[in-house]
Amino acid sequence: MTATQGTTPTIVLVGHGMVGQRFLEALAERGLTATHRVVVLCEEPRPAYDRVALTSYFSGKTPEDLSMTDMEFITTHGIELYVGDPAETVDREAKKVTARSGQVFDYDTLVLATGSFPFVPPVPNKDAEGCFVYRTIEDLLAIEEYAKSKATVGAVVGGGLLGLEAAGALKGLGLTSHIVEFAPRLMPVQVDDGGGAALLRTIEEMGLTVHTGVGTQEIVVGEDGAVTGMKLSDGSELAADMVVFSAGVRPRDQLARDCGLTVGERGGITVDEQCRTVADPHVFAIGECALASDGRVYGLVAPGYEQAETAAATIASDEASFTGADLSTKLKLLGVDVASFGDAHGTAEDCLDVVYSDSRAGLYKKLVIGRDGTLLGGILVGDADAYGTLKAFTGSVPPVSPESLVLPAGAGESVQLGPSALPDEAIVCSCHNVSKGTIRGAVTDHQCTTVPEVKKCTKAGTGCGSCVKVLGQLVNAELEASGVEVDKGLCGCFGQTREELYEIVLALRITSFQDLLDRHGREEARGGDGCEVCKPAVGSIIASLAPTIGASGYVLDGEQAALQDTNDHFLANLQKNGSYSVVPRIPGGEIAPEKLIVIGEIARDFGLYTKITGGQRIDMFGARVEQLPLIWARLVDAGFESGHAYGKSLRTVKSCVGQTWCRYGVQDSVKMAIDLELRYRGLRSPHKLKSAVSGCQRECAEAQSKDFGVIATANGWNLYVGGNGGATPRHADLLAQDLSDAELVRLIDRFLMFYIRTADRLERTSTWLERIPGGLDHVRDVVVHDSLGICDELEQLMRAHVAHYRDEWAETINDPEKLARFVSFVNAPDTPDPVVAFVPERDQMKPDLPLLSIGMRPAADVLEGSAQR
Amino acid sequence: MTLAPETTDLTIEIALDDDWFTVCDLRALLPGRGVAALLPDGRQAAVFRDRSGDLFAIDNRDPFTGAAVLSRGLTGTHQGRPFVASPLLKQRFDLSSGQCLDDETVRVTAYKVRTS
Repeated sequence: MTATQGTTPTIVLVGHGMVGQRFLEALAERGLTATHRVVVLCEEPRPAYDRVALTSYFSGKTPEDLSMTDMEFITTHGIELYVGDPAETVDREAKKVTARSGQVFDYDTLVLATGSFPFVPPVPNKDAEGCFVYRTIEDLLAIEEYAKSKATVGAVVGGGLLGLEAAGALKGLGLTSHIVEFAPRLMPVQVDDGGGAALLRTIEEMGLTVHTGVGTQEIVVGEDGAVTGMKLSDGSELAADMVVFSAGVRPRDQLARDCGLTVGERGGITVDEQCRTVADPHVFAIGECALASDGRVYGLVAPGYEQAETAAATIASDEASFTGADLSTKLKLLGVDVASFGDAHGTAEDCLDVVYSDSRAGLYKKLVIGRDGTLLGGILVGDADAYGTLKAFTGSVPPVSPESLVLPAGAGESVQLGPSALPDEAIVCSCHNVSKGTIRGAVTDHQCTTVPEVKKCTKAGTGCGSCVKVLGQLVNAELEASGVEVDKGLCGCFGQTREELYEIVLALRITSFQDLLDRHGREEARGGDGCEVCKPAVGSIIASLAPTIGASGYVLDGEQAALQDTNDHFLANLQKNGSYSVVPRIPGGEIAPEKLIVIGEIARDFGLYTKITGGQRIDMFGARVEQLPLIWARLVDAGFESGHAYGKSLRTVKSCVGQTWCRYGVQDSVKMAIDLELRYRGLRSPHKLKSAVSGCQRECAEAQSKDFGVIATANGWNLYVGGNGGATPRHADLLAQDLSDAELVRLIDRFLMFYIRTADRLERTSTWLERIPGGLDHVRDVVVHDSLGICDELEQLMRAHVAHYRDEWAETINDPEKLARFVSFVNAPDTPDPVVAFVPERDQMKPDLPLLSIGMRPAADVLEGSAQR
Repeated sequence: MTLAPETTDLTIEIALDDDWFTVCDLRALLPGRGVAALLPDGRQAAVFRDRSGDLFAIDNRDPFTGAAVLSRGLTGTHQGRPFVASPLLKQRFDLSSGQCLDDETVRVTAYKVRTS
């Protein structure tokens, strides 16, 4: 390579999509960003984002959430990224690229990653107002705006993957949606007629209208030039206010054509196995704009990534090649699993099909088997759980009969073929090309013991995520095989997990910690006092189940008092100098002026420091233990209860002001937040629970950072679960959409009780969701589809909790025996603790503590959100 | 340490410089929890009772934070020995010796206890 700028050779990348970004990462991994000047010209106004997940914008993801570009990565590696400035011309002779802004860049190596453009059939009025394509975030923003202001009926041209997503999005925006597909079935590329029929039924049940076997002949416009409908090839006319073209994509090869590079007959820049253009060794093409050496243009991201790696390796003078890729895909379309792998359409000679079809359940499974029994490919619609295993077996003869692989569980012949039967070279994660052997190696050679560790070590499961289930099975199998005895016990006293203890307590109706320890604890711990880990954990389990197992619902009763962490024992938050803070419950954050005044008066009268909390509450700090009952009495008199701003229980349900006042609000978020807070207050759980309700998609209450968050839609409520702020932030996942009030509450009831039942001690919902086998899909199956048949029981448990809720603070101030505990000194009840002292600061006061070296116990349990296994 | 079969009317005393100092009635102490007592010289003792009725007393001051809170910690058994975990940063202290189980350089005063 000859250098043109001093001695530093220059690589110019045209296009910054997903594949372009991967190419940059591959350059960095190979150290090429250090030895080269790297220039990126990006047409879109934002750097690379997750186009595969584009539709999730409509379920609440922001463009920022979708971003795949870490600007720190760009700057650290000295990459010159120009967004909104596409390459316009290439002079291959002079090796120069000119951008729209007029900037000219000399290159030594040019990499084209220009992607593709949506194909719009050449019908009359295709560019009329109200016609859109579905490709970029800008497209979605335009669709959203038009749908909200000017349309009630939308038609999508194209019944493929993107078409279905677009139709679902229109429906989500409140439009009546039609899908027009020229082929006789939906998703003609991925599935066959049988699969298309199963898919059709499910899609129609969702309220979308599907027209197959018809073409679009003309877009009909009104006098103002805006869309009013479309004429179809069967002579009919479909009324619609907007049309979204989603009829496939074509390689964007114009730039290449203009500079004389070879392109294929049907488009695509022709490249060799190294992704180098056949016409010019200094130019590469990768991703959807490239016509690979096997004569195909790949529209999937995984092959694009592979091409990016190949090009980067070639530039680094390493050996790599891209000769073709597996077109296997697994998708969740409008909630329906659709997967196809290998030779899905049975094009091999003499191959045979094994088909299981259940139209009623929307299930269709087909395996393509070679004459010698080799599994060649298949299609799964409605249930694609077996995808990971089946795909890995493709190309080999499975150890069991093919029929047993597609029959549903319980249908006699069905066999659960575990991934342990896979050969080591089987590819488990095709996004990152990780084999089973590599995953096993992560466990045996790199001491990974959990799925998150293996993900980090091997990258497996970090792409589309479809292999995570298989990953979990492999990790466990490997751990067991290598004889690693993982002690999953709660602590030194119990060999059981929290989940197992919950089941024991529930099944045997055990209401006493000592009883549980003596009967079910580790041999050496029986008869002892337990420890600071199991006592509060068991106390929490007993409290969660109190009404059902017949224990007292009052956490200071009898033995339960000895199990509680100090905050639960004193019903307030212990602060660093031994004083407490009190946070009156203000459900939903709504408070009348009179009550605000009372809080101010109490704080003033007891000399407390006050601060507004992140959970829309007022925290009063600096109360001595003997002052607590007096403060509660004042609160109770004013109609308050103190709140569980401490402990492992529901903290707060935040809300935005919602429909009542806000001009954007679509539901009464305040009322819903109040209802939810009053329903779940006092619920003891494995860790604290936070919630919020937003009155519209603007999400001012930040519900997506909560354990359960609710966002209003025009049609009801969307429920998000597993969000977290704190040390390890995580956006919540959408569990269900457009719920009525009753449906929402019922689903939260089930979700919380299932979490309480199965989570580990101090495991927030976010880590729990990541940890439990099957993840979000499994949780959805259990709480939405009742796959375990336990929803009645979960709801019953919650009803019992709600019915038995008591104001613990009011109960305490009315119980002289309990009140006696609220003293600083047992032998001098009237003497305050002299260590609790204060000094003034900023018009209030702060703790005055003697200087001491503060040691921290090196325990993971101090950090929030960290797993406890 | 005495195991008292009868809990009524018994009082707890702790040893201070060869003298026994009366703290409270035995029944004021819940098994598995502690109470704080103010000593004549202004120091504080945390007094505990375990499930078998044994009594313990250590200094109430948490040496890691300076707050007088050890009486409000959770108790337990570690390798057969009773301990309390500070409610602030969770360091554990052996109730018989006052030794911190998480930092061998730290120890709090332990007192002898009896009932009478």
